[in-house]
Amino acid sequence: MVLARPEVAARDAAAPEGGGPRRTATRLGLMALPLAFFGVFFAYPVASIVSRGLKDGGQWQFARIGEVITDPRIGHVLWFTTWQAAASTALTLLLALPGAYVLARFDFPGKRLLRAVVTVPFVLPTVVVGSAFLALLGHGGLLDELWGVRLDTTVWAILLAHVFFNYAVVVRTVGGLWAQLDPRQEEAARVLGAGRLAAWRRVTLPALAPAVAAAALMVFLFTFTSFGVIQILGGPRYATLEVEIYQQTAQLLDLPTAAVLTLVQFAAVAALLGVHAWTVRRREATLRLVDAAGTARRPRGAAEWTLLGSVLAVVALLVLVPLLVLVLRSFDGPDGYGLTFYRALGSAGENGGTFVVAPLEAIGNSLAYGLAATAIAVVVGGLAAAALTRREGRLVRGFDALLMLPLGTSAVTVGFGFLISLDEPPLDLRTSWILVPLAQALVGVPFVVRTMLPVLRAVDARLREAAAVLGASPLRAWREVDLPLVGRALAVAAGFAFAVSLGEFGATVFIARPDSPTLPVAVARLLGRPGELNYGQAMALSTILMLVCAAALLVLERVRTDRTGEF
Amino acid sequence: MLRLEGVTVRFGERAALDAVDLEVAEHEIVCVLGPSGSGKSTLLRVVAGLQRADAGRVLLAGRDQGGVPTHRRGVGLMFQDHQLFPQRDVGGNVAFGLRMRGTGRAETERRVGELLDLVGLPGARKRPVGALSGGEQQRVALARALAPEPRLLMLDEPLGQLDRSLRERLVVELRALFDRLGTTVLAVTHDQGEAFALADRVVVMRDGRIAQAGTPLEVWQRPASEFVARFLGFENVVPATVRGGRADTAWGKLPVPGDTPEGECRVLVRPTGVRLASAAAGLACEVTARTFRGDHVVVRLRPDGGPEIEAACPLAGAPGVGDRVGAVFVADDVVVLP
Repeated sequence: MVLARPEVAARDAAAPEGGGPRRTATRLGLMALPLAFFGVFFAYPVASIVSRGLKDGGQWQFARIGEVITDPRIGHVLWFTTWQAAASTALTLLLALPGAYVLARFDFPGKRLLRAVVTVPFVLPTVVVGSAFLALLGHGGLLDELWGVRLDTTVWAILLAHVFFNYAVVVRTVGGLWAQLDPRQEEAARVLGAGRLAAWRRVTLPALAPAVAAAALMVFLFTFTSFGVIQILGGPRYATLEVEIYQQTAQLLDLPTAAVLTLVQFAAVAALLGVHAWTVRRREATLRLVDAAGTARRPRGAAEWTLLGSVLAVVALLVLVPLLVLVLRSFDGPDGYGLTFYRALGSAGENGGTFVVAPLEAIGNSLAYGLAATAIAVVVGGLAAAALTRREGRLVRGFDALLMLPLGTSAVTVGFGFLISLDEPPLDLRTSWILVPLAQALVGVPFVVRTMLPVLRAVDARLREAAAVLGASPLRAWREVDLPLVGRALAVAAGFAFAVSLGEFGATVFIARPDSPTLPVAVARLLGRPGELNYGQAMALSTILMLVCAAALLVLERVRTDRTGEF
Repeated sequence: MLRLEGVTVRFGERAALDAVDLEVAEHEIVCVLGPSGSGKSTLLRVVAGLQRADAGRVLLAGRDQGGVPTHRRGVGLMFQDHQLFPQRDVGGNVAFGLRMRGTGRAETERRVGELLDLVGLPGARKRPVGALSGGEQQRVALARALAPEPRLLMLDEPLGQLDRSLRERLVVELRALFDRLGTTVLAVTHDQGEAFALADRVVVMRDGRIAQAGTPLEVWQRPASEFVARFLGFENVVPATVRGGRADTAWGKLPVPGDTPEGECRVLVRPTGVRLASAAAGLACEVTARTFRGDHVVVRLRPDGGPEIEAACPLAGAPGVGDRVGAVFVADDVVVLP
């Protein structure tokens, strides 16, 4: 691909393509389905919950909002939620950006495996991540046994678990783009007299900035709304908004307070997204993308090998050790190491009534739900991304931010909202299997949009023009030009959507039927019951979930590299 | 075939096209010639429907194209930087337009083979476009543009990025090809040699306006303005006052055609119209530079008064730098500019 000459680029900038009525209509058409989807399956359930909490006898009780917000305990929760999210994000970027670089630019044996390994934690249910870190850092954990070190009462356990969880977000979002940036751009800067660092700072960093910002935003949102990890590792001292909402909803049955907190979280996330939209608006530019396979090379020199080594060490300590502890626990039965816990998964009876069906069936359920959710997320997110490709217009930017809201909204609220709002005709879905995939797709769509948008926007507009001149309608041009070029991004997006669907817990726990639990729900049910057998089964089931995800990701990696051959 | 009526395109304050009228007849090859920034690429984009005109009409075969989207205009455009689809091989690129028109598989295969033969790339069908050289990409882009048999083929700097020998060969090939196929062509270029070799008619543009239109011979022999003359590479322009069939200039009195109106004007002397003699026989000059041009030599002369003069002279007997010579002007090569 050849870059626009400055003359052409300046002209394009000076004259944004006139938003003719036809083009506006097309864009609105593309937005229609995503808008309807979010209206019915997000805005409506959340609004239902909020109005139920804040309405008393048909009257809005806004005074409740003031009462809840001025409560010093809630203030403390809000402060902790914010600073732990900021700290987790900073720590994740610090540790994961070198990883993104290594995976994007270096070629080494086992690279594909490494990429899959770092992604596995991301798809684990949060409760499992919490348990794994408890097994590592908590009372009687590995560090306790070895050196008498316990971190489970400190905030470090939470921060490390968040890094474990979100490492993949940064590596995949930033690394995916990094791998496709033409290294010759940096070389051109070097030839013009820029040092190695200056070239990176002035050429590569600006090109990566949108991806880094997107990744940082995602990590912040995840950690801001963190639930399972804090529930387990936070103890009574630390609670995020989401944990507080869950306690108010499910344990204290204080729906008004939960409604106010949902609104607070909503407002905080909306403000955050506003800031994000404001900062990245001007930064995205047409990039020179090349085949990722051509940009990676063997590390050269001591510095590069050291970098690779330290990234591998971080991954080993941070990702592999907790996973290994998890696997070890799943085999560590009452009679020594064995398959006791795995055998117990095969039958429903031995669990003392925890399950209507054998826990093993949760695997099939999770896969089926995950595939359906992925299909929905890819269609809805793909349409939304296509509509957002052209960046002008306030309407479009508002839509962009709207798509991110589900990530920051309490999953507990969404799940509970599904139950109380989608229960009457014409939308009586309470008994339908589609309810679970719909809730899961809700969190998958933002991933699809975020992953595809930078690549879609980077496609040279004149390739579309070339297609149009050859007789392709705008839709056809999108299919023929954009789609093949973004195939990689689409595969990654689908992988992400599948992964978050498999791991989704907060909403699914409310709406999954007792006879068809998903893997995370089954794990949580097992963890919630006392006894070594239940705990061991939870570990075994988590291990299976981990293997399912790893297998799916390895397949995905293969698809990715097969496709790159066409570039 | 193609008619532009008062087409205007503004980018902010600047008019890229300023009330341009242009006609291209069926089977005609028209070349728009102009420096970069003169609006020639914008002209093609307006015709293709990739750029909306702020005023004026574009008619194809007599029908107003306002509101007709690009893909329904039935025109072909070969982009300056080709814009080959990177994810498709050569065959896939050439077949693209045919597929868009719903041409059958067998017919498409046949046409692709035919076109690749035509542009001199037989058997390149399966090659990835990334592995092609600049000249090969050029040919593929041409084949791709020709494949759907557009009623009007537009070329944006068709040979711009190629090396000289390839360019000269391709110009001849293209000309023969278009003649054979009867294609109507509208090309833009900044290279006069390319334009003159390719076109039936040349249109010179300046700042969004048409400065001159005519056959290559007309434009070459009678540049309509100093701008056109200088753009064509003519340096020997001097202010003059015409009186009694002669022009008074800083270079002395020059012969002009008899029907030249009297008064102030500018006069161009083509380099071939400057003969070198002994210093006493003509305008006394010193040779300041000598440029070898293959079959002749261009020498630069500094007269005692007035602007410098370029003269073309045969290889044999060309003076050296520092020699003093006399310049004699030939009437046939003197052109009066308005």
